[in-house]
Amino acid sequence: MINLKINNIDVSLPENSTILDGAKKLGIKIPTLCHLDLCDLKVVNQVASCRVCMVHIDGYRTLMPACATKVRDGMVIQTNTSEAIAARRTVVELLLSDHPTDCLICEKNTNCDLQTLAAVLGIRGKLKYEGKKSTYPIDKSSTSIYRNPDKCIVCRRCETMCSDVQTCNVLSGVNRGFDTVIQPAFEMDLNTTPCTFCGQCIAVCPTSALTEINNVDEVWSVINDKSKHVVVQTAPAVRFALGEEFGMPVGTEVTGKMVNLLNKLGFDKVFDTDFAADLTIMEEANELIKRVTDNKNLPLLTSCCPSWVNFIEHNFSDLLYMPSSCKSPHQMFGAIAKTYYAEKENIDPKDIVVVSVMPCVAKKYESSREELSHNELKDVDYVITTRELASMCREAGLPFTDLEDMEFDNPLGESSGAGTIFGSTGGVMEAALRTSYEWLTKKSLDKVDFNNIRGLDGIREATIDIDGLELKVAIAHGLGNARTLLNMIKNKEAEYHAIEIMACPGGCIGGGGQPYHGGNPDVISKRRDAVYNADKNKTRRKSHENPSIKKLYDEYLGDVGGKKAHELLHTTFKSSKK
Amino acid sequence: MCENCNGQFGTDEQKEKLINYISKNKDVDGGIIAIMQEAQSIYGYLPREVQEIIADETNVPLSKIYGISTFYSQFYLEKKGDFHISICMGTACYVKGSGDIMNAFRSKLGLSGEETSKDGRFSIEATRCIGACGLAPVLTVNDNVHGRLTVEDVDKIIELYKSKEV
Amino acid sequence: MNNSFKYNLLVCGGTGCTSSDSEIIISTFKEECKENNIDKEVKVTRTGCFGLCELGPIVIVNPGGYFYCRLEVKDVPSIVKEHLIGGNPIKDLIYKETIQDDKIIAFDETPFYAKQNKIALRNCGVIDPGEIDEYIEHDGYKALDTVLNSMTPDETIAVVKDSGLRGRGGGGFPAGLKWEFTKNNESSQKYVLCNADEGDPGAFMDRSILEGDPHSIIEAMTIAGYAIGASKGFVYVRAEYPIAVTRLQSAIDVAVETGMLGNNILKSGFNFELEIRLGAGAFVCGEETALIHSIEGERGEPSYKPPYPAESGLWNKPTLINNVETYANIPVIFNKGAKWFASIGTEKSKGTKVFALGGKIKHTGLIEIPMGTTLREVIFEIGGGIPNGRKFKAAQTGGPSGGCLPESLLDIKIDFDSLTSVGSMMGSGGLIVMDDSNCMVDIAKFFLEFTVDESCGKCTPCRVGTMRLYEMLQNISSGKAVIEDLDKLEALCHVVKSSSLCGLGQTAPNPILSTLQYFRDEYVAHIVDKKCPAGVCADLLTYTVIEDKCIGCTLCAKNCPVDAIEGSVKKPHIIDVDKCIKCGICVDKCKFDAITR
Repeated sequence: MINLKINNIDVSLPENSTILDGAKKLGIKIPTLCHLDLCDLKVVNQVASCRVCMVHIDGYRTLMPACATKVRDGMVIQTNTSEAIAARRTVVELLLSDHPTDCLICEKNTNCDLQTLAAVLGIRGKLKYEGKKSTYPIDKSSTSIYRNPDKCIVCRRCETMCSDVQTCNVLSGVNRGFDTVIQPAFEMDLNTTPCTFCGQCIAVCPTSALTEINNVDEVWSVINDKSKHVVVQTAPAVRFALGEEFGMPVGTEVTGKMVNLLNKLGFDKVFDTDFAADLTIMEEANELIKRVTDNKNLPLLTSCCPSWVNFIEHNFSDLLYMPSSCKSPHQMFGAIAKTYYAEKENIDPKDIVVVSVMPCVAKKYESSREELSHNELKDVDYVITTRELASMCREAGLPFTDLEDMEFDNPLGESSGAGTIFGSTGGVMEAALRTSYEWLTKKSLDKVDFNNIRGLDGIREATIDIDGLELKVAIAHGLGNARTLLNMIKNKEAEYHAIEIMACPGGCIGGGGQPYHGGNPDVISKRRDAVYNADKNKTRRKSHENPSIKKLYDEYLGDVGGKKAHELLHTTFKSSKK
Repeated sequence: MCENCNGQFGTDEQKEKLINYISKNKDVDGGIIAIMQEAQSIYGYLPREVQEIIADETNVPLSKIYGISTFYSQFYLEKKGDFHISICMGTACYVKGSGDIMNAFRSKLGLSGEETSKDGRFSIEATRCIGACGLAPVLTVNDNVHGRLTVEDVDKIIELYKSKEV
Repeated sequence: MNNSFKYNLLVCGGTGCTSSDSEIIISTFKEECKENNIDKEVKVTRTGCFGLCELGPIVIVNPGGYFYCRLEVKDVPSIVKEHLIGGNPIKDLIYKETIQDDKIIAFDETPFYAKQNKIALRNCGVIDPGEIDEYIEHDGYKALDTVLNSMTPDETIAVVKDSGLRGRGGGGFPAGLKWEFTKNNESSQKYVLCNADEGDPGAFMDRSILEGDPHSIIEAMTIAGYAIGASKGFVYVRAEYPIAVTRLQSAIDVAVETGMLGNNILKSGFNFELEIRLGAGAFVCGEETALIHSIEGERGEPSYKPPYPAESGLWNKPTLINNVETYANIPVIFNKGAKWFASIGTEKSKGTKVFALGGKIKHTGLIEIPMGTTLREVIFEIGGGIPNGRKFKAAQTGGPSGGCLPESLLDIKIDFDSLTSVGSMMGSGGLIVMDDSNCMVDIAKFFLEFTVDESCGKCTPCRVGTMRLYEMLQNISSGKAVIEDLDKLEALCHVVKSSSLCGLGQTAPNPILSTLQYFRDEYVAHIVDKKCPAGVCADLLTYTVIEDKCIGCTLCAKNCPVDAIEGSVKKPHIIDVDKCIKCGICVDKCKFDAITR
C-alpha cells in the first residue's frame, strides 16, 4: 500500500492508484472531463489532456493532473490551493471561450459535463476570455449520428472509443494547435466513412459534439395522426436503464412504468421486442442446428446487432456467409406487425406505423436499409432511443416514477426470459443454447443458466456439452474484440460453431442510445445484473416455450425456417468495403 | 479529381512508384510517415486520392493518415505553386525583417495567406528556422536559397522566376 | 592531416555557406589548381561549419590560417594565382579583423574565436565529415574502443555521471542519471534515440554538428547503447536539413563498412545498429514523448509523464533520448576524462555550450563557450557588439521557451540555472540580440505566434490558452487593450505555465513574462499612449511626409514596394495611408528625415 496525504488527511492506496482514486476514497470530488475509465470493459481514455483536474503536489514544479498521476509514498497533495482552483477554473474558461454559448437550446442542456463544470466551478457572468472560435460544418448526413464539431472540446474520448475500442478508425485527431478537432478523414460525412453507427462516441461525449439524430418530432406527429395505427415496441435493454433518466437507482427494472408511459403518450398498442427476440431464437437456433448438422458455413455469427452487421460488411466482406440470415428482433417484429398482426386485427398494413424504442442509434440506420421491408413497406418506420423516450416523457409532463405498472398488449407482448437476456452480452447465445439444446437432444434442459458464458470479459469462449455433441461457442462485445475474434477465425487460429457479437461494450445495455453513464464504471454491470434477475423471475425462460410464439407459427408462419418465415424474417448482407 | 481523364489520379508511373515503395517499406515499424514523405515527393502533395492509395496499400486507416498529414507542416494537402517561396520566420530572420518581406511578397503577388497564386506560378509559406541565420533574412524558392534580403529584393526575385520554366 | 601538401584549403560546407555557393567554390578551386598544375600541392577539403556564418562562404588557407570570407566564385582564380602560386595572400578578400597593423593574423586569434572553447564543435570546420579516416585521426572512435573493450556498462555510466554533463536540449537534466535510469529498467529490447529535431528558431548547432562531424554522434550513440543495453538506435532529424541527413547517412554507411557499427563492433562482441528517421515539420517533436510518437508513425503529440521514456519509451521499451550536442560531448569526455570535463564550466553546469548568435549582432554565427561566460562577453567580445551604431536592448535565449534579458543582466554568467532564475532558459542555445529598433511587445507576439502555430493541440491550456495570449498581445500591439489587461495577461501566463501537459506549453508564456518583467514600460506605452516606442507595431504607426522637410527627391517613392508614395519632382510627396504597408523603407531611404511614423 502507498501512504500519502491529501488535504492533510492520511490515505492508503494500492500501488498504481491515481490521485483521483485517492480523492474519491476520501470523498473529495476533483472535477474531470477527458478522463474515462470503465474498468470492467477495458475502456480507458487517460490522455490527461483537458487539465481540469489539476492539483498541487509538494515539491513539484507544476500542477499535476489527478486523473493520471500515480500516487507515491509520502506524497503531500493539496487539491484546493488558490493556484489549483485558479488553474481549473481558467481551463474551463478557456474551453468556454472556444465553445458556442447556446446552452439553453443545446441538445445536451442540463446533461452536459462542460455545463456542469462551469456551474460547479462558479463561472458566472461575462466570459473571461474571448477571441477566435472554431467553426466547422455540422454533419447530419446519417440517420443515426449528429456531429457538431464546434462543440468538440478535444477530450479524445470519442476517438479512443472509435479507434482503440471499436477499431472502426473513423474519428481521428485532425490538424494541430487551436485548429485541432476530432473528425473523419477529409471531414467526410459519416455516411461515407466506415462508421458502423454504434454510437459509442455519443455515449462518451461529454458535450453535444456527438448526439443522436433526434426523431422525437416525427413520432409525436405520427402519434397524433388519427389515420394511423401506431404500435410501439421496446427493446430488452431499454427497461433496465430508462429509470436512470428519472433519478431512479441504476439497475432498476421499469418495465411496467415504461408500458404505462407509452400508453399515456398515445401509442395505440404497446408491444415488446422481447417477443421478437424469442422469435429470432426460433429461427436462429434452427439455422444453427442445420449448419452444425450439415457441418457447413460455420461458425454461425449472430446478426441482431446492426452496428456489428455494418462492421462485418465494411471489414470482412469475405466472411458474409457466416452471419445468421435472421433479421434483428425489432425488424422481425415490424414484419410480423405489418402482416400477421395487421391481418389478425384487420388493419391495412399501410396504416400501421411501427415505432421502436431502442438502446441504440444504429437501429435508426438499420430501419432505413432497403432490404428490411416487405411488400414495399418498411418493417420499422421510426426508431427512438431510450433517451428520446425519456425526453418525450418529460415533454408530456408525465410523472414517470409515480406511474403504475402496466402489462404489454397482446398478441406481440408476451416473452420468455430468453428474450429478456438479449439485452446483455452473451444473452443471445444463452437464449439460443437453451432452445438448441432441447431441440437437438429432445430432452428438457433443467439448468438454464449458462454461467460460463456470462461476464464482461471482452472475448469469452466455452464448450457446451449437448448430449455428447461438443458445441464450441464464443462471445465478443466491443467491435475491437469482434475484430480480434474474426481475425483468429480467418487465420484458422480458432474454430467455433457459434459466435455472438455485440458492438457495444456490455451489449445493448451499454448501447449508444442509453442514458449517459457519465463515465461511471458500475452502470453497465448493474444494468446487467438487472437483466439476469429479470430472466430469473420469468415463469418461462426458453423462447420456444413462449405460447404467443407457438401461436404465431401455428396460425401464420407455419414451419420454423419455412417459406413464410424466410420471406418475413430473414435477410441478406452485402459487402460495403469503405 | 482526374488528371488524365481515366478516372485515376496522377500518372501510372507515379502510382507504380508509390506502390513499389510501399511494398518495400510497409513492414517498417512506424514507417507510415516516411511513406507519406515519399508519396509527397512523387506527387508534390497529398490529396485524398493519394492518401487513399496509401491507406489501401498499407492497411493503415485513412483517418489516421489524414490525422498525420494535417499534423505535420511538411505535408501539403493542396498543390503548391510552380515556385514555392518559403520565407524563414526564425527569430534571427524575424528581427532582421522577414515579416516585412513576407508582407511585400503577399502584396506583390496578391495573396492573403498561404494559398497559391491564381496563375499557379507562386505560393508562399512561412517556414521554421532553416538554420541559415548567417544569411538572415533568408528564403528558399523551391531548392534555391536567397539570403541577406531586403524588401527591395522582392521584385527581383519575382521577376527572376516569373518567366522561368519549372 | 596530410603534410605532403603545400596548402590545405578548408572550405565550409555547412548549410549557410552551401547556400552561398561554397560547393561551386570548391569545384572551381579544384579546376583552377589543376589548370595551373598545382593540384598535387593543394588539398581542398569540404568541412563543417566554421561558425562565422555571417561571412560565408568562408575558405581558410593553411598554413597561416588565412580567412577568406564572403567569397565569390570569380575571386577563386586570383586567390590561386596570387596566394597559392605567388605566396601573397589577398588582403582585400581576407576577413578585416584578421588584419592588424598591416599584418595578417590567423583567424583563431581573432576575438570571435579566441574566447571560444570547442568541445562539441571540435571537429567542425576542421575535418572532412565525409572521411572517416580524418575523424579517426582526430581521436575518433578511440572512446568507443576504450568503452567496448575495457569498461563495463556501469563504469561507462559512471564516467558520464562524473563529468557532470547535462542535457543540451532544453531542461538540462543530468545525462548520466538518464543513462542510469534507462540501464536499470530491465528489458530485452531498449533503444537509444538522438533528438536532432532542432527546432528553436535561430538555433542551428545540432545541424552544424551533424553536417560537420557526424561520426561523433554515431560513436556517442553506440557508447550509450552499450551502456544502457540497447542494440538499436534512431536519429530523428528534421527533414529540412537535407545536407545533415545525407552526411549522417553516408557516415552511418561507412561506419557499418568499417565495423564501427553493426555486429561485433571493434571485435567487442557488441552489436548496434542505427537508423535515421525524418521529422515532418512539428516543433513539438523536440519533446521526447512527442518525438517517440513521431518515430512510431503517429501524430507527434506528447503524452503524460510518468512513465518516462527511460521506463517506457519507443514501442513501450526503455529508451534513452539525448540531443545532438549532448552526444557530441561524449567521446571527448571518455578521451580526456570526466575530471577534465568537470573542470570546465560552473559549479552545476559543466563543460561548454554552443550558441547560435543571431539578430542584431555583428558576428552572426555559431560559437562554443565555457559555461559561466557572461552574456556581455558573448555579445560584445565574441559577437562584436551591435552593428549600425545602434543600442543594445535585449538578448533572447531559449527560443520560444525562453525570455528576453535586458542590459542590466548582461553580466549574468551563462549556465542552466542562472538563465532559469532570471526567467529565461538555456534551451538549445539560440541567442538572438535585439537593438532599440526591436519592439518587445512585438517580439513576445512573434514567439507566441510561433507557439500557437506549433502547439500540438492536445491539452487545453496550450491549445486555447496560447491563442488567447497571442490575441491579447495583438490587442496590445494594435492599441485596443486597457491597462487591466496586463494583469489578465499575466494571470493566464501563470496558468498556461503551471497546467500545460508538456514543456512546450509550460514554457510558452516565458517570452511574455520576461518582457513584462523587464520591459513593462513598453507594454504600458502601447496601451496608454497608443505608441510603439520602437516604431514596429504597424497599427500604432502612421507614416507621413513632413512637407517642410521634403525636397521632392523621389527616392522614397522609387523605393516604396507598394507604390504608396506619390508626388512630382521637387514637390513634397504624399503617402497614401491605405496603400502603405508600413514597411519603413521610405524612412530608411529618406536623407532629410522628412518622414515620421
